[in-house]
Amino acid sequence: MSTVVLLVVLAGIVLWVIGAYNGLVSLKNQVVNGWKQIDVQLKRRHDLIPNLVNTVKGAMEFERSTLDAVISARNRAVGATGVRQTAEAEGQLSQALGRLFALTEAYPELKATGNVAQLQEELTSTENKIGFARQLYNDVATQYNTKQMQFPTNLIAGLAHASPAELWEIEDAGERAVPAVDLSLNKPAS
Amino acid sequence: MSDDVDLFAQQATNRRKSVWLVVGFILFFAWVGFGGDLAYALLSYDPATGTYHHAFPYIGIFCLAAASWICWDSWRNGSRRVLWSTGAWELIEPATPEQKQLMNVVEEMAIASGLPKPKVWVVKDDDPNAFATGHDAESASIAVTEGLLKGLSRDELQGVVAHEMAHIKNLDIRLMTLLAGMVGAIALLSDGLGRMGRGRGIRLDGSLGGRSSSGRSGSSRGGNPLGLIILALWIFTLIAAPVVSRLLAMAVSRKREYLADATGAQFTRNPMALAAALEKLEAASGATGSITRGAAHLCIVDPAPGMLASKEGFLADFLTTHPPIRQRIIRLKGMGYQQAKREAHAAAG
Repeated sequence: MSTVVLLVVLAGIVLWVIGAYNGLVSLKNQVVNGWKQIDVQLKRRHDLIPNLVNTVKGAMEFERSTLDAVISARNRAVGATGVRQTAEAEGQLSQALGRLFALTEAYPELKATGNVAQLQEELTSTENKIGFARQLYNDVATQYNTKQMQFPTNLIAGLAHASPAELWEIEDAGERAVPAVDLSLNKPAS
Repeated sequence: MSDDVDLFAQQATNRRKSVWLVVGFILFFAWVGFGGDLAYALLSYDPATGTYHHAFPYIGIFCLAAASWICWDSWRNGSRRVLWSTGAWELIEPATPEQKQLMNVVEEMAIASGLPKPKVWVVKDDDPNAFATGHDAESASIAVTEGLLKGLSRDELQGVVAHEMAHIKNLDIRLMTLLAGMVGAIALLSDGLGRMGRGRGIRLDGSLGGRSSSGRSGSSRGGNPLGLIILALWIFTLIAAPVVSRLLAMAVSRKREYLADATGAQFTRNPMALAAALEKLEAASGATGSITRGAAHLCIVDPAPGMLASKEGFLADFLTTHPPIRQRIIRLKGMGYQQAKREAHAAAG
């Protein structure tokens, strides 16, 4: 009788270990996949920027320094490795681009050519995609990190070669916070 | 985390309701078929020979087959049928800047919601409106009208697309698309069988009249009362079915609009943009001519707003497909203000 109980308990433990192990591996893959999604968009952004600079160069001779800042920020971003460095370089690139877009407002003839407006739309969209992909990546990475630290999953974290994933931190002041979502279907209080 | 739970609860509810809808639909058709058979059989029973004129339930078998086929077809082709009924065309190669923007916004929202990118369709209509259809995230389509593309800013368009992605993620589209297929089928059935039934009714009356006059000498002649009751019930169901199915479509779609607004705002993190878009949609109060009643419950705003469109309450709950836009805007703005307040807090802290 006691051997049966022992076997059942053992089987339960083995099943749990398999489940927890697979759960961690699946989360790890989701983190990797989330990062790939960001990477795709970053590459696209890096490809678009030289196009934009070449298009506006002629008309914006007097804004040489802004254009140079965009190019150098872009080159730094291309060379960046690791989450932290990439996040930093991309943040600077966003700021440099923001300044360039602000300046193009002063050149209405540029916007009228269509090409610039098109490039600007592409870059805006890419930037949005980076933002949303980052949200997704951070969500999954947080889930993964929490799982590895929680008892009892932490016991098999080493077995699954799990290590904490780095989050993409943002210091951008213009970044939007998560809205409070009221799903109670009532009128919001206050 | 709590909103995740809500999302899964909503998906589970929609899965369950979709199953019940299909079961109810098939049961209804079974009743229409076999009930009709039974009434016909009882009324055509000839006590003199002890035989039924109508012994084989071919109406029932036909109806059951038809119902199964309609369910299967609504599942497989429901979205295509809905899109076809609105005259939408699929946007594959964007030609104008507006179309390119729409494509980009859909891609952005697919990333934000973590879903595969749905197919994008454009409806040739100047009234701004949008809807999503399909039976799951893989088969989903989002359609917007040309009026929406022209009238909305980028952020507002993003809000509307996020709302539609929320419907896809909640699996609202499954229930709604099935419902669209079935409402259409029931309307057809009621018309068709009603006509057939009327024809048969006359014939039955004739045979009944003939029999009762000839059987005046007999004691138990004069039609089978059970048969007549079933016949009456049967005719009543046929008359009531289109109305009931339409009411069902309306009642089922109201609450989920609020939820889709909230989930959509979570995708964009910008509830104010959707509020602004809804304000524009409300201002353009004309009817969206190309979206027929059968697909009305799929749209972001009621394509043909009626008298009750701005009312809350029991009657309005039943008779309109959408909650009042004003209410939705107020809730979204509430979310926006709280977000701004927290941002101010974070900046100060």
